Amino acid sequence: MNSSETVPESAGVSDPGDRPATPQPFYWSVRRELWENRSIYVAPILVAIVVLFGFLVSTIGLPERRREVLLLDPAKARAAIEAPYDMAAIMLILTAFIVGVFYCLDALYGERRDRSILFWKSLPVSDRTTLLSKATIPLVVLPLVTFAIVVATQLVMMLWTSLLLISHGMSPASTWTYVPLFRNSFILLYGLAAIALWHAPIYGWALLISGWARRATFLWAILPFFAIAFFERITFGTSHFASMLKDRLMGFAPTAFAFNMHSVNCPQLTPGAYLSSSGLWLGLMVAVAFIAVAIRLRRYRGPL
Amino acid sequence: MPQQRAARHRKNVNAMATIEARGLRKTFGATVALDGIDLHVEEGRILGMIGPNGAGKTTALNAILGLTSYEGELKVLGRDPWTNRDKLMRDVSFIADVAVLPRWIRVSQLLDYVAGVHPRFDRAKAENFLARTTIKRTSKVRELSKGMVAQLHLAIVMAIDARLLVLDEPTLGLDILYRKQFYDSLLNDYFDRSRTIIVTTHQVEEVQDVLTDLMFIDRGRIVLECSMEEFDSRYLEVMVNPEHLAAARALKPMHERPVFGRSVLLFDRVDRDQLETMGEVRRPSIADLFVAVMSPHSQNVAVSASLRRDEPAGQANQVGAAK
Repeated sequence: MNSSETVPESAGVSDPGDRPATPQPFYWSVRRELWENRSIYVAPILVAIVVLFGFLVSTIGLPERRREVLLLDPAKARAAIEAPYDMAAIMLILTAFIVGVFYCLDALYGERRDRSILFWKSLPVSDRTTLLSKATIPLVVLPLVTFAIVVATQLVMMLWTSLLLISHGMSPASTWTYVPLFRNSFILLYGLAAIALWHAPIYGWALLISGWARRATFLWAILPFFAIAFFERITFGTSHFASMLKDRLMGFAPTAFAFNMHSVNCPQLTPGAYLSSSGLWLGLMVAVAFIAVAIRLRRYRGPL
Repeated sequence: MPQQRAARHRKNVNAMATIEARGLRKTFGATVALDGIDLHVEEGRILGMIGPNGAGKTTALNAILGLTSYEGELKVLGRDPWTNRDKLMRDVSFIADVAVLPRWIRVSQLLDYVAGVHPRFDRAKAENFLARTTIKRTSKVRELSKGMVAQLHLAIVMAIDARLLVLDEPTLGLDILYRKQFYDSLLNDYFDRSRTIIVTTHQVEEVQDVLTDLMFIDRGRIVLECSMEEFDSRYLEVMVNPEHLAAARALKPMHERPVFGRSVLLFDRVDRDQLETMGEVRRPSIADLFVAVMSPHSQNVAVSASLRRDEPAGQANQVGAAK
């Protein structure tokens, strides 16, 4: 049975001609997602442009302020100089989260709405490959895109500041010592990975809803949680569910980082605490379960 | 070694039919879409599935393509389509209708993607086919006309070395030029005796000369199944001269319809020579046979037709035209 299954395929591959030797359904499915959803990189780039423009405006009178800032003690000076860079990173991370959630909500819904699911299903790509390629976008692609855009944005900000300071006869050294780009990049990469894995069940849930709902995916995705939280509040007067949701959104911060008392700008990385937190692993298990259900759902679903 | 493989491959192909179904059944709630049908489609056939809307044609095709679950037994190229859709799709192509290509995709991206995921896609072949059209590689699908989208989809499907091609209303909404071209390309550039094609359509007159086999489906059941050779030898239509009408009716026609004040009777398995004495004999169209098989009140039609025959010619003409 097994050999009769594989013979026609190997015969097909050994055919002469310019056919690809081995199909790469996963790789091409991820590329396909990037062709379709240009917001994956366009949205962060637009936000980066807005951030840069805001920064540009805020640097009017920077040299004078920098002189004052440098009179403060080093910790405070550092905080003041680093603040806009952190702000830019946070804005872009938030953008990536929003893009990721909306991407997932449309990932399996859009192909049913425009009937193209019939075309995708006419190709030898399994539902599992399709779902994994779609889950790769918020879990791998968006963090990498965010990383590249944040680093590029911060670099432009630093270069602009340096130019401004030099043109006023000041040394740009204060920027480059207080904003350690290399170290920041490392923290950013770690943080993005920690956030993506922590948020995995959120993306999994969004994928599941997008494969299940016949309309209004956004409402189906969030209303049940509001309803449960509201029900708990009026019935028992407690808010465990709401705090659980809050932990799912923000809980990566206290587990992956240890913030120092004086400043939030220079956190200690605590990968041990993060990797041993039950929140991470429970979340990942739930995410795997949601994605498994979504794979199954796609088999049953046709055009709307 | 490769020869051995090829030989084994061929043996496997010969051992099984392209599609083999027994008691195929599908219900949606209380509605029965497929009421336990049996199918046996051999390699090298072109089967036309004809039926009214909601007869279960698309459900049957969806079951064959692994797009819907079902009860009963079904093997397509030896595989269970529902659990093995992705593997099955290496050997099966389908065009559901003209509007399923994603509208956002560029022609070049579409070719890249199919070439990247499909082991049996010959990109050069698709490019050759597209070169004969006015479709630009840089266009998005949304910018193409309906006819061009159909050409594009056909170019992709024809470049896939599949063993079964399923077409569900492939020419719906296309103008007559594209429809003609569609079937011409399919027959001349794609079909050979090692492939199998299943097609459903409402434009039966277009596929009459294309098909090798014919199947009528109604309310989830197969109501007629025959090869086209059988169709040509079994069914005859006679425009009966009025003086022979009674004699002709005694031969138990399947169906009777008035045309320009005369009666056209459709017979199943009645001797041609005998019919030729009663009027002009011709090969019926699939559409005529379809109406004969499907109309539940063919007797009433016959009666009312005989009544109308006595009416003035003008009115009878109108009835004929309305038909």
